[in-house]
Amino acid sequence: MKLFLPLDSAAVAVGADAVADEISRVTAKMGHSVTLVRTGSRGLFWLEPMLEIEDENAVGGRRAFGPVSPEMIAPLLDGNFSDDHPAALGAVGDIDFLKAQTRMIFSRCGITDPLSLEDYKIHGGMTGFGAAQKMSPKTIVEEITTSGLRGRGGAAFPAGIKWNAVRKAKADQKYIVCNADEGDSGTFADRMIMEGDPFLLIEGMVIAGLAVGASKGFIYLRSEYPVAEHILTAALASARADGLLGASVGGTGKAFDIDVFMGAGAYICGEETALLESLEGKRGQVRAKPPLPALEGLDGKPTLVHNVISLCTVPSVLANGGAWYRDFGVGKSTGTMPFQLAGNIKYGGLFEAPFGLELGDLVNRIGGGTRTGQQVRAVQVGGPLGAYLPLSELDIPLDYEAFAQIGAGVGHGGITVFDDSVDLAAQAKYAFDFCAHESCGKCTPCRIGSVRGGELMASIIAKRQNGGDVAGTLDLVADLCEVMEDGSLCAMGGMTPVPVKSAIQYFPEDFTGETDLTGRTDFTGEKNK
Amino acid sequence: MQTSIAALIKPFVCDTGGLLKALHAVQNTYGYIDAVAVPVIADVFNLSKAEIKGVISFYEDFRRSPAGHHVIKICQAEACQAVGARDLTEKIRSALGFGGPFSGCDTSVTGRITLEPVYCLGLCASGPAAMLDGVPRGRLNSEDFTREIKALENGAEG
Ligand SMILES: Cc1cc2nc3c(=O)[nH]c(=O)nc-3n(C[C@H](O)[C@H](O)[C@H](O)COP(=O)(O)O)c2cc1C
Ligand code: SF4
Ligand code: FES
Repeated sequence: MKLFLPLDSAAVAVGADAVADEISRVTAKMGHSVTLVRTGSRGLFWLEPMLEIEDENAVGGRRAFGPVSPEMIAPLLDGNFSDDHPAALGAVGDIDFLKAQTRMIFSRCGITDPLSLEDYKIHGGMTGFGAAQKMSPKTIVEEITTSGLRGRGGAAFPAGIKWNAVRKAKADQKYIVCNADEGDSGTFADRMIMEGDPFLLIEGMVIAGLAVGASKGFIYLRSEYPVAEHILTAALASARADGLLGASVGGTGKAFDIDVFMGAGAYICGEETALLESLEGKRGQVRAKPPLPALEGLDGKPTLVHNVISLCTVPSVLANGGAWYRDFGVGKSTGTMPFQLAGNIKYGGLFEAPFGLELGDLVNRIGGGTRTGQQVRAVQVGGPLGAYLPLSELDIPLDYEAFAQIGAGVGHGGITVFDDSVDLAAQAKYAFDFCAHESCGKCTPCRIGSVRGGELMASIIAKRQNGGDVAGTLDLVADLCEVMEDGSLCAMGGMTPVPVKSAIQYFPEDFTGETDLTGRTDFTGEKNK
Repeated sequence: MQTSIAALIKPFVCDTGGLLKALHAVQNTYGYIDAVAVPVIADVFNLSKAEIKGVISFYEDFRRSPAGHHVIKICQAEACQAVGARDLTEKIRSALGFGGPFSGCDTSVTGRITLEPVYCLGLCASGPAAMLDGVPRGRLNSEDFTREIKALENGAEG
């Protein structure tokens, strides 16, 4: 009998390790012959810990049970994992939440043993590398350009342009830096793939190294992810032992190796230049651009900085061709995106799909609405610098252009749902407070402005209760937002106004107690009439 | 202590980002970065004491005094707010007798519990979330988790 149970942090967080211990205990005692494989998570977090049993007659080859608790283990074993058990979910391949997805990046996550390179290869791993190995660096970059892949870290910059710049740069040393700082609240795709399929990231980085002529890679990992650190470190050791990393990667004659580098709890170190400073052992202070990291990055050398998911997309692009990849998605938003359904949502988890899906469809139909069962009131897309959207805006398609048009962003694909108990004034205050907490301190509008913004919001919240000139204070907030937008060096200060302004624009009643702001502060970019 | 710190951090001197690795190593070994370590680190890395302090103070992870026996990081970010992180935080803080805003790290009077805010643990579909002594915890129930923390504070275990 072969069982599968995730080792993913989100499964461990709800008791997966206790379930694993119980399986070992019971099987040892009863003399069952059972192999337990710890996998990544399928990303159906409301069902974790989700236990699977191999069954060749089931669609997808396995049947699932979840959420399971240690007390269920002995009865499940005794009952031979009958589908009559209350936690039975049936064949994995029949689960709607999975069936509706297009899993390209997460195709193996939850299926394979993340630490088995052999498993990785059996399940289609290394085919991208195999294809890249036969191409010239220039051709590899052309495939990336053709794919239309844009950076998944937030800025959505076309990857091909960056690869070309690094490839063409002349230097004795170039670097690949993987941005695994994943600081955005509401996001966990990087964590999941690093914990669930680390060789995919390694393969992506190796291909990137071949393409741009870099011999050294770093994974800058946030310290909040200890499980990912453990798994990456072990996976890198196997990759070295296998010759996938080292003096001649996969027998190509080219050297490439990767180190994991731990961050130390600073959101701003997700910004690529602050990340590079931090990776040099300094304070994570943002650098002015230019020079671009592609030309002068780590230690002043040409550096390709990419988000985890961007790099994890590379093997599929190389294995199937850029033209194949480009056909997924809509317009200039090509390919698939792992959307992350978070916050107050019934079916929270990871949903990989081509761009173009409607936000409301994802939240209400696929996500099942709120966990509390109350009405959805606000949805924040794209992390702490993302807009708060009301129900009336949820018909927006999830693609970069549609979001840019309303002054918002898809960011790293995090979708955080709030029910009708949310107070948008408190959320706007939090946006300023978070910026004050995480500002690197380089520019005044961000460093001081965020503190003032928090104070202004506190005063609005007080005035809302006790009476006072809320409208006048909102005018000050509008001015402050303008200063932060115009006078900040990076998006930390420059985009903190996005959640603030969207909260005021779409939920004015939370600030004033009235819905109509006619003739008052302008938060839409146009004058109110 | 000084000589052992020097020996501990010397291997990192030539590494990329060696200073951050050294600071992590000191904290992992001693639980915090004592003031006496600063001149030693400065000396080994050939940097000024101000530079070392500047780096230490920039990063949330680095502690300048010892933590309690148990360290609890409670997520304060949006996705956890949406499922009751504020309520959870308040209950635990009041159970441990902490007042004022929750910004830095608080250590209980018994010295057993240190409570710290954290901004996302990547458990955003399983909130409210926390990390208890490095172990991720999700879908926390305010009452149950507060009771668990209270028990730790009263010396139930560890
Ligand atoms: C305040 C701030 C925080 C950021 N945090 C992250 C992060 O946690 N992870 C990430 O990949 N990119 C983050 N970015 C974006 C990076 O600066 C950069 O655009 C990205 O790493 C480039 O990789 P990509 O092209 O693959 O997206 C952040 C940007 C800003 C301004
Ligand atoms: S906007 Fe804020 S975080 Fe960005 S460089 Fe300026 S001070 Fe630093
Ligand atoms: S917001 Fe709390 S874990 Fe992400």
